[in-house]
Amino acid sequence: MIEQIDISMVNWARATFALTAMYHWIFVPLTLGLSFLCAFFESIYVRTGNEQWKKLTKFWMTLFGINFAIGVATGIILEFEFGTNWSNYSWMVGDIFGAPLAIEGILAFFLEATFFAVMFFGWNRVSKKFHLFSTWMVAIGSNLSALWILVANGWMQNPVGMKFNPDTARFEMQDLWSVISSPVAIGHFVHATSSGFLLASLFVVGISSWYLLKKRHIQFAKRSIAVACIFGLLSSVFVAFSGDEHAYITASTQPMKLAAMEALYDGQTSAGLVAFGIPNPSKEPGDDQDAFALKVEVPGVLSILATRSMDGFVPGINDLVYGNAEQNVVGVDEKIRRGKIAIEKLAEYKGAKKAGNEGVATVALAGFDQHRDFLGYGFLNSSEEAVPPVSLTFYAFRIMVALGTFFILLFLVYIYLLRKDQLEEKPLILKLGFISLFLSWIASQAGWVVSEVGRQPCAIQDMLPVTVARSNLDSGSVAVTFFLFLILFTALLIAELKIMTKQISIGPEGE
Amino acid sequence: MIGSLDWSTLQQLWWLIVSVVGALFVFLTFVQGGQTLLLTLPENENEKNLMVNSLGRKWELTFTTLVLFGGAFYASFPLFYATSFGGAYWVWLAILFTFIIQAVSFEYRRKPNNFLGQKTYDIFLFINGSVGILLIGAAVGTFFSGSNFTLNDYNLVKWLHPLRGLEAAFSLFNLSFGLFLVFLARTLGALYLANNLEHASLVDRLKKSAFNNLLCLLPFLLYVLISLVLMDGYALDPATGSVVVEGSKYLNNLLQMPLNLILLLAGLVLVVLGVAMNRFTASVRGIWPAGLGTVLTCLAVFFLAGYNNTSFYPSKADVASSLTIYNASSSHYTLTMMSYVALTVPFVLAYIAYVWRQMDSKKLTVEEVTADGKSY
Ligand code: HDD
Ligand code: HEM
Ligand code: HEM
Repeated sequence: MIEQIDISMVNWARATFALTAMYHWIFVPLTLGLSFLCAFFESIYVRTGNEQWKKLTKFWMTLFGINFAIGVATGIILEFEFGTNWSNYSWMVGDIFGAPLAIEGILAFFLEATFFAVMFFGWNRVSKKFHLFSTWMVAIGSNLSALWILVANGWMQNPVGMKFNPDTARFEMQDLWSVISSPVAIGHFVHATSSGFLLASLFVVGISSWYLLKKRHIQFAKRSIAVACIFGLLSSVFVAFSGDEHAYITASTQPMKLAAMEALYDGQTSAGLVAFGIPNPSKEPGDDQDAFALKVEVPGVLSILATRSMDGFVPGINDLVYGNAEQNVVGVDEKIRRGKIAIEKLAEYKGAKKAGNEGVATVALAGFDQHRDFLGYGFLNSSEEAVPPVSLTFYAFRIMVALGTFFILLFLVYIYLLRKDQLEEKPLILKLGFISLFLSWIASQAGWVVSEVGRQPCAIQDMLPVTVARSNLDSGSVAVTFFLFLILFTALLIAELKIMTKQISIGPEGE
Repeated sequence: MIGSLDWSTLQQLWWLIVSVVGALFVFLTFVQGGQTLLLTLPENENEKNLMVNSLGRKWELTFTTLVLFGGAFYASFPLFYATSFGGAYWVWLAILFTFIIQAVSFEYRRKPNNFLGQKTYDIFLFINGSVGILLIGAAVGTFFSGSNFTLNDYNLVKWLHPLRGLEAAFSLFNLSFGLFLVFLARTLGALYLANNLEHASLVDRLKKSAFNNLLCLLPFLLYVLISLVLMDGYALDPATGSVVVEGSKYLNNLLQMPLNLILLLAGLVLVVLGVAMNRFTASVRGIWPAGLGTVLTCLAVFFLAGYNNTSFYPSKADVASSLTIYNASSSHYTLTMMSYVALTVPFVLAYIAYVWRQMDSKKLTVEEVTADGKSY
């Protein structure tokens, strides 16, 4: 089915996808959250009629527009990259995966695109009410687009609602609703969008804090902070809860990812959560080295997180790779064995069909059906290949959660000081607020690293490894593309940052 | 009702939907056409900014339609998406690059401290309008002239030409198709701007420019049409399900689908009518008949490529690998579900039209563009 696999091509394709996705995700969360903040600001303006709020709204909208343009520029690449870099994937699961992308275009992107023009150029062309309505539509449209793309991504993390069709050699959709309403998809959606709200709130807080430090635009800054802190606090609490729920779901749908997040090699009942630790970089599955060079563990918490019970069993990497009969864990080695049979039977079936030999075809198909669920594993060569990069996943998860906890505290302190009207006298806090502007991006990118690196080597969990998902390209072409994107996107990012910082230093008075 | 449609009806329905999105996209390339006019038409910065701002209020719409075109193809004909994007790799990436640079250019071109300088962004806009549209035309040309690929038993593509898609641009037919689209976009751009701006002398030049661009477009159009009528095509034999080469396939299609012939001719007449209206009368509203004409013409072209048992993405290297709307489509279930989703399209079109009218009821003036701190 797959002729020869060029690993370096696959790795370049992954690198290109990761590069473009991570660039896209620099701008996306800000769009998701800042659109709502603009809608809040403008609603206050329309209710109070206070021109100061209009000025404030327009200032944040300017920054929104600068960010939006490059968000769109990076987005179109991702959409077509599924075809260019992962063309086998596009055929094998396009029947399911294409749907959310098309729906996203119809139901979300047009909403954004249409009302965006009103939001920017409609101030004197449409009524106040209609303008406000348009701003809300942009916010809703952006977040709807997040829904559909995360349904698509959620399906990759936990494929549901489909069946393999041996005649076309692809997966076909059986139930759209179960794709849309899959708990994994919804988990991704609520966590990723709320993390976007959080990031945008910190963006507003960070820039406003900078103004306060510089003693510029004081009233403007305090007003912005007041709204952003409330939105930010609510979002950050929600991010933490939804993240915890997300991890719980992952424990059952992607146990290998959870084991990597925790660098847990040997499964345990009442497993402890490593609050702080340094995984041993030379540790390999199956060897008897210590998994950690250093760790501080809170007993029992991981079991609660993963199974909602103090003495639940959490499988480790070794259990998942080699199997654990006692705990009913089927190992990867067994899955590979069955997957290889599935591939063989499928080829037999195709051959018999071509030769018109129905009898042989029926037998081969029956054989295939017995092992079809393991098809994806059949393409792996060794069980250890099924283990994602452990340290990266482990650290990324720690960074995200630590920052998430810190942001909740930060918002609480800001709200307290704002109420006491002491914020301006606390330069240390203001500096912390300003730095958090950057930290929020780190947390956000770390989140995707957990989510995507943790599911390697599968493009689609259990079903399709990246080596099969790829296009039939030579690695040189893909490498060239990687550098073209790197150069172009970096140039555009620099342009964006320069324009953005210039607008910030001009400030709202420049309106 | 949709639930009871059979598979082949749905496949035809989805070819119709994809064609409509494609045709609307070509109409909306007036934005790209307008971008190329910026180089020669305006006589000073004010005029240029006026044009940019008029186009800049519509570029998102064109862009999003392109995105939807990709998404709709993915959902309805995934084998085309996989074969063409993964196979004709470089031509699609080149097209995408021109759209990446377009997306930032309006917003960034005149912002202070913009790193690359206004000139660069204006060049970006020009490249998108010229190279971008030319390559799209060349890629669509291969719907008729074919490409070099094979599909294996598992429908996975192997591209045989080392240029990976860029070879399309070296065929006279595809190139003419591309240049036709470029000049069509310029014609439409001039017509759109003439209708949208309040600036007597500029509008006057735009009206003339539309006519001149129509003249430039004609030879390429004629070459494409004559080639189409003469060339062999790839036909699906419904009895065996295999694709075979058929002499004068597209001529046969036109004769066997007379409605399509009428659509094509009516479309072209409307385009000419719109341009003539602007050139020879005081009217500035030629964009509407010309726009409608463009949509009809493109529909006819798409129908010619996909209907009447024709392969819409033929392989020259291995005729059996050619794609038809029947072998490249999604499953019956997916097409049914997507058809329900498509019921929302009229609603989307309605709010776009409403907002467009709200925003364009007053013409755009130099004063407004200069006064508005947000203008591009
Ligand atoms: C959680 C949110 C989210 C995620 C994970 C993604 N996007 Fe995105 N995308 C958006 C949220 C978003 C957005 C907020 O709606 C954007 C960002 C800036 C913008 O203008 O819209 C956008 C823009 C955007 C555009 C331009 C749309 C236009 O014409 O306006 C495309 C084609 C994509 N995205 C496609 C993708 C693909 C194929 C992704 C997956 C690999 C992806 N996005 C990940
Ligand atoms: C926008 C935020 C995202 C980021 C930062 C991100 C990050 C990554 C990273 C780091 C990889 C490479 C992993 C590796 O090779 O080790 C990757 C691969 C991939 N991701 Fe994402 N991802 C994002 C969103 C998405 C979404 C929303 C989808 C699906 C709709 C998706 C689909 C894929 C695919 C198809 C690959 C390539 C196959 C693979 O290597 O698994 N990604 N992504
Ligand atoms: C406070 C505690 C937090 C917890 C418990 C948490 C938990 C998680 C988990 C378990 C995942 C991976 C899900 C999976 O694929 O299996 C994840 C992903 C992610 N996290 Fe967090 N997170 C927290 C805070 C944050 C913060 C502060 C941000 C950003 C500002 C953030 C942004 C993300 C993003 C963007 C993803 C990838 C998208 C997704 O999978 O939904 N998270 N989070």
